[in-house]
Amino acid sequence: MQDTADREEMLTVEIWRGREDGALQTYRVPRRESQTVLDVVTWVQRNEEPALAYRFACRVGMCGSCAMQVNGKPRWTCRTHVSRVAENGLLRIEPLANLPRIKDLATDMAPFFEKWQGARGRHEPTRTRHEPMAPVSSESPARKAANAGIECINCAVCYAACDVVGWDENYLGPAALNRAWTLANDERDADKAGLLQAVSQSGGCHSCHSHGSCVEHCPVGLNPTAGIAGLKRMTLAALMKGEL
Amino acid sequence: MLEARLYLLQRASAMLLVPLLLAHLVMILYAIEGGLSAAEILGRTRGNLLWAAFYGLFVTAVAMHAPIGLRNILREWTGWRGRSLDFATLGFGALLLGLGLRAVLAVTV
Repeated sequence: MQDTADREEMLTVEIWRGREDGALQTYRVPRRESQTVLDVVTWVQRNEEPALAYRFACRVGMCGSCAMQVNGKPRWTCRTHVSRVAENGLLRIEPLANLPRIKDLATDMAPFFEKWQGARGRHEPTRTRHEPMAPVSSESPARKAANAGIECINCAVCYAACDVVGWDENYLGPAALNRAWTLANDERDADKAGLLQAVSQSGGCHSCHSHGSCVEHCPVGLNPTAGIAGLKRMTLAALMKGEL
Repeated sequence: MLEARLYLLQRASAMLLVPLLLAHLVMILYAIEGGLSAAEILGRTRGNLLWAAFYGLFVTAVAMHAPIGLRNILREWTGWRGRSLDFATLGFGALLLGLGLRAVLAVTV
């Protein structure tokens, strides 16, 4: 029995405990086949640290609630296999960067969602529910551009990966601007001028350096950098026409 | 929309600076390689409207381009924001324009 325990492969897992002034705490976690980082966190919470705070819901990469820093990079932990990210059997798991910490691995997501509002990330309808649905061709260039960005799961991985978010607290960030880009290309949206003004404020789309960290880290393969570049073009065209 | 205007101004001045800068570099190489003396250079530039216009445009584009970039760097790296930064940026632009035009006048008038 002792022999089996000795032979069992173990991971060394460092997990952030506390708020801003917390510290990393080390745990030994049994290695399992097809184990995800979220599995590791859940094992620690169930077996070692019942008070460990972290978020998850769907466990299948749809809800966007389980993102954390794993060995320094933001990742969706439910779809991140330990085999892909462990370095010599070591995992360091911390709360998402660029967001205030609440406790352990849970961050305050309010600033992230407030910036969606700041980018006018809500749909302004052209019709009421009593009118027939607007016919939208799935083949139009604008619809294709919108479709390329609409699968965002709001996980904030891009927000944590973005250097500009870290430098400028006013910067709206890749997710909010990607959302604005999809609305700017939605022919059913009634307030294009308001949207372009929202993304042209200080900290808007013109602050993006096109580093592409958001593209590199987006777990669902979106390209917010391309959308932000599209917003820059759109705002400049509006500016030159005197519409901004 | 100040940010969009500044973005446009910085890109437009950059587009202008690319050919001007290349011509300026070629000019330096020509003057050095050809062994032109200061007096010979001044002989060609003094009273020449074309050189005055070329370098007048050059320093104007620099005076627009550099302060906008510096403003962004200061915002991101020092946290300096607001009207005071805008005025400092304007001041830096005016300084660059003043020094640049003074140099242009010195070699063309």
